[in-house]
Amino acid sequence: MKRILCTLALAGLAATAVHAQKSAAVLAIEEYRAMLADGNPAELFEAKGEDLWKQKRGPKNASLEQCDLGQGPGVVKAVFVTLPRYFADTNKVQDLESRLVTCMETLQGFDAADIAKTPFGKGEQNNVTALATWIAAESRDMKFNLPQTHAKEQVAYEIGKRLFFQRGGAHDFSCASCHGADNWRIRLQDLPNLTKNPGDGVGFAAWPAYRVSNGQMWSMQLRLNDCYRQQRFPYPGFGSDATVALGVYLGVNSQGSKSIAPAIKR
Amino acid sequence: MADPMRIRAKAEGNIATVRVLMSHEMESGQRKDSAGKLIAAWHINEVSATHNGKVILTADWGPAVSKNPFLQFNIKGAKAGDKVGVTWKDNKGDSRTDEATVS
Repeated sequence: MKRILCTLALAGLAATAVHAQKSAAVLAIEEYRAMLADGNPAELFEAKGEDLWKQKRGPKNASLEQCDLGQGPGVVKAVFVTLPRYFADTNKVQDLESRLVTCMETLQGFDAADIAKTPFGKGEQNNVTALATWIAAESRDMKFNLPQTHAKEQVAYEIGKRLFFQRGGAHDFSCASCHGADNWRIRLQDLPNLTKNPGDGVGFAAWPAYRVSNGQMWSMQLRLNDCYRQQRFPYPGFGSDATVALGVYLGVNSQGSKSIAPAIKR
Repeated sequence: MADPMRIRAKAEGNIATVRVLMSHEMESGQRKDSAGKLIAAWHINEVSATHNGKVILTADWGPAVSKNPFLQFNIKGAKAGDKVGVTWKDNKGDSRTDEATVS
């Protein structure tokens, strides 16, 4: 038997052309991302989420298979590209994660407020992220088509737009400070212009995504939460109306763009 | 118990390319938690792969391998329908074995 000592260089691979002109740097990063995309660990979370959906859990010992994500109870295929949307039973516009938490409360008997308070990456939040990853994957390559017929959906869009441009915090930042024009970046990360449609698989259409640098699966809620952290704002509540409204704004702007979620990020 | 691996194996000519994605924390033992205490090492020590039951690869891994590791290798002479098995063992004594069919 031959013994091979395997050293995986993957995680330590650095983009070397950092200081070259932008095009070379961008090419190097793209090559690095392409290498990572083959074997995206998001698949592990997809498998876990699919399992969780069917598993009987919680105080009521029920599965989530009767959960209505907008296309009727139990329908998972193609729902992600229509969220956030208005739900009559809760009389609220909800995104995928806040809707999942509603289902976990009504069907499985979990305490929604308790889950919302749990930090990302801990306890039930891990399960919400895995479920969201799988459900997003069930809409891979489909085009965003958020409904804007209900009055609350239209209001959410307007609120999201205002929040996007609202400046505040210690640095007087807004979302638009970084995502308000084309070809901006932070260090080496290209920043999509989210005031218009950024195109297939960019911005709203790229999350949930696996972050290689910290080995974490990031949902849209965590993405928004971290954007606010970087702006030095207080953390927005998990599944709060503000984060959902921002989701509506970004999602409607991405109308017709393909979702590549779950994606892979640096 | 550990989460399942994802194994994909595809034959082209007489070579099969196997891609394995393992779900593991791979804690290096070098990091500290928020209280400043060292987080105990917890990583895969040993990986082995089999082709139709015969061991074809063994590897010693350590704390330098990334979280949720990805492993790719080729098997000469493997064809569609063959079974590929992968097993890992970690330093806490946990282990996981999964199998896939070459397509």
